[in-house]
Amino acid sequence: MPLAASSDPLNPTRSFQGLLLTLQRFWAERGCVILQPYDMEVGAGTFHPATTLRALGPKPWKAAYVQPSRRPKDGRYGENPNRLQHYYQFQVILKPSPPDLQQLYLDSLRAIGVDLALHDVRFVEDDWESPTLGAWGLGWECWCDGMEVSQFTYFQQVAGVECAPVAGELTYGLERLAMYVQGVENVYDLNFNGLEGEDRISYGDVFLQAEQEFSRHNFEHANTEVLFRHFSDAEAECKALLAAGEADIGGNDPSHKLALPAYDQCIKASHVFNLLDARGVISVTERQSYILRVRELAKACGAAWLKTAGGGAN
Amino acid sequence: MPDLLLELFSEEIPARMQRKAAEDLKKLVTDALVERGLTYEGAKAFATPRRLALTIAGLPVRGRDVREERKGPRVGAPDAAVQGFLKAAGLSSLDQATIVSDPKKGDSYVAVIEKPGQETVAAIAEIVPAVIRAFPWPKSMRWGKASAQSGSLRWVRPLHSILCTFGAETEDPEVVPFEVDGIHSSNITYGHRFHAPGPITVKRFDDYVPSLERAKVVLDADRRKQIIAADAKNLAFAAGLELIEDEGLLEEVAGLVEWPVVLMGDFEERFLDIPGEAIRATIRANQKCFVLRDPNSGELANRFIPVSNLMASDGGLAITAGNGRVVRARLSDAAYFWQTDRGPLPDLDTLKESAEKLGLDLAKPLDQRMAKLDRLGVVFHAKLGTQGERVQRIAALAKELAPIVGADPALAERAAKLAKADLPTEMVGEFPELQGLMGRKYAELQGENPSVAAAIEEHYKPLGPSDRVPTDPVSVAVALADKLDTLVGFWAIDEKPTGSKDPYALRRAALGVIRLVVENGVRLELSKFARDNDLLSFFHDRLKVMLRDQGARHDLVDAVLGEGASGNDDLLLITRRVAALGRFLETEDGKSLLAGYKRAANILKAEEKKDGEGAFADAADLQLIAAAGLIEEKALAVALAQATPKAEAAVAAEDYEGAMSALAELRPAVDAFFDKVTVNDPDPALRANRLKLLNQLREATRAVADFSRIAG
Repeated sequence: MPLAASSDPLNPTRSFQGLLLTLQRFWAERGCVILQPYDMEVGAGTFHPATTLRALGPKPWKAAYVQPSRRPKDGRYGENPNRLQHYYQFQVILKPSPPDLQQLYLDSLRAIGVDLALHDVRFVEDDWESPTLGAWGLGWECWCDGMEVSQFTYFQQVAGVECAPVAGELTYGLERLAMYVQGVENVYDLNFNGLEGEDRISYGDVFLQAEQEFSRHNFEHANTEVLFRHFSDAEAECKALLAAGEADIGGNDPSHKLALPAYDQCIKASHVFNLLDARGVISVTERQSYILRVRELAKACGAAWLKTAGGGAN
Repeated sequence: MPDLLLELFSEEIPARMQRKAAEDLKKLVTDALVERGLTYEGAKAFATPRRLALTIAGLPVRGRDVREERKGPRVGAPDAAVQGFLKAAGLSSLDQATIVSDPKKGDSYVAVIEKPGQETVAAIAEIVPAVIRAFPWPKSMRWGKASAQSGSLRWVRPLHSILCTFGAETEDPEVVPFEVDGIHSSNITYGHRFHAPGPITVKRFDDYVPSLERAKVVLDADRRKQIIAADAKNLAFAAGLELIEDEGLLEEVAGLVEWPVVLMGDFEERFLDIPGEAIRATIRANQKCFVLRDPNSGELANRFIPVSNLMASDGGLAITAGNGRVVRARLSDAAYFWQTDRGPLPDLDTLKESAEKLGLDLAKPLDQRMAKLDRLGVVFHAKLGTQGERVQRIAALAKELAPIVGADPALAERAAKLAKADLPTEMVGEFPELQGLMGRKYAELQGENPSVAAAIEEHYKPLGPSDRVPTDPVSVAVALADKLDTLVGFWAIDEKPTGSKDPYALRRAALGVIRLVVENGVRLELSKFARDNDLLSFFHDRLKVMLRDQGARHDLVDAVLGEGASGNDDLLLITRRVAALGRFLETEDGKSLLAGYKRAANILKAEEKKDGEGAFADAADLQLIAAAGLIEEKALAVALAQATPKAEAAVAAEDYEGAMSALAELRPAVDAFFDKVTVNDPDPALRANRLKLLNQLREATRAVADFSRIAG
């Protein structure tokens, strides 16, 4: 590697933000709109309406974005070197899936410094399913030297609707990839800004305190009574918005007017459910019924989206 | 004779589907060829992660010509009939038909249709696209632009190219021309994804295989397996270690690489404190690596063997290092689980109620886990309650079964109460396949009786016809209780196995009960525990299947079971009777007696038709025999009078060999009887009496088995 590149703080092998910027640039050059994270708590980048809703309907779509993902149950009070309750996913969605998607993915790995003559990259079967989103697809876990660094999925169904055309989705686990290319064993040791000495900012500098505090919140302090109420509120609001946005009977505009705000409420319900789950207050039997309730919302939102301009109506 | 070469090149096919897909491809294509009269000399199919390939050798260039005669109407028949005939036969005028004369029916038209055999190339061009479109993948998908339309091609993952050539060895084969959803057949394939991604032109199988090999693709999965196994063993040997062979993993790994490169990595020795099974499970399930053992101690070594798909430019150092990091992270997790599971749970106060209900000692970690399982209310089955309730039932049943299998009831109850306690442990949560085993380890650590600890692991056994059956009485009691509770429960809610559907593995559970009882010599009155006659019949069916699989005659099981299920609830006795009967029927006495029985039964059947059912049910009149009977008749009467009570007494004493030898004593008398005595004597009294004697013979055998159900 040339010296100039390796001393560049934004080299993807030197800094977390360099990795992120490189991926953004890579996909921007391939025609993706580069979006910013969705401003709501989600469990995975897939929940971003730019994926969930845009995957539906006939319109072509190419987007890439970073999405902070919250998995309350994965909190470890900052003590586990690999597990976080808040982490970053880099998400790419290409509709329809291009014929060379695997090659594009491999090129993106090369761009962030993975030498494919040195590292063993493999596509290992992994059928993706999101029971809460009513979605499934076929694809792989992408392994680099035995470590899962990405998910690669051809969406077949989202929000209970068959995808036509099918979108290809790539999800990069940014912390894992960064640990890999930086050669770091503990996520908190990642170099965040690529600088050295007193200017160096580590992942731990940015997030360790948050991991500790949110683990406490997720497992011990989140007010479950309030959360149960939030869940019901979000569910009710979602349904109300879906009803309110429906076209007037006999009106001449058949489109749905509130698909996106309704979907926000679905996202909210899903996250509240994840928090309740982490608090251990949802019994095994109830769990399934909560998942079904969120799925019903997601399906109804998907159906509403198909009646909008973005969903390809009119 | 020309050969066919077909390759379907796609994105990565799941390892577990490759072998079956290759076989399906072979069967579907060859069946379709044969259906068109195109026979072949040999066919072989292959799979790698990115391709299915098929070679069919010795096909004809074209199918055989077919000559068909179609009968038409009489000469001079109405025009409508003539037109219909011409249309059906594909003729344009009657000039093309021939006229045949029949002395009775007169002259009529016949169309001779000569169908030239189809060109094989044309047949292949029809067959292959149809096979691709209807391919039986367990799960398939759509992709790309085409997926906007309904009915677009489905494949396991996106299909990229199709190679299809046909031709004789001596000439340049031609590309069989066809198109499937925009993919045109060609003579092009591609090599290893990283080593040789460029196009390769192929003629036929003979150059296809070496071309791929040069492009770092080993086509044959079995060869990849051999390479992996041999290289892994060599690496192990060089390190003074022994490979722990794992056929399932080998098959999977061979389906993940086109060019296997076997490496070796290591991890810190401190991780060897974790139970070896857990280390193996994590390295196998998550990393798909082999593990090694020290041949001297038999203990796991701190090494692992990854199989990569790349001849890396650094000889695999980076790959090994990368795999090692993941293995270490996984083992750190496992070490954490192993430690956590042995410590106390938080919130012990909330577990008191469950502990009291189940009689658990909350000072002990495994007891805490069981209490937690109960408190969480984890549902076993919606209609059968929670795991906690189920454990209570199993514990009560194990205690009841204990004296029958020779176990200490208190130990059996204790073992049953802890049998499922490892389900909520971190380790089993992460590696479900370690259930039972981890329970045993944790039980040993908290000082449980060794039989209790063993039973926790062994109560799931036997898991199939070839799995080991536990022998420790405590294990037997809990294993029986677990399976009987399952069977009785699912029978009660009418969730029985049907056809190929057996989602709760009830057949396996029933077979487990049978093997536990039979192989441990346990006398169990099953109907006391499974009060459902239908369930009892299910056991009998499973027993028949088991005995048949062991080579026994299942008609003998039918003969021993006789009418219906009731009363036949001791599986051990049934198998012993079957065995004794089988041995008896192998002897000359047995064969001859069976023949005599069949003869008697046939005569009785015929005569009962005349005189009515039960006409000869009474005992034979001995005075009549003494007065007017033949000497052989008397001898049979005497023999029956002696043998019948003997056989019955032996059966009552469960001495089946004794019962068989009692019956064997009948043989000379029976043989002599049929030799000399005419049953249907003109004297009706004598005839009836002789038939009564035969009926007594039939009844005597019934004490041992229902001979009418024995074949031959």
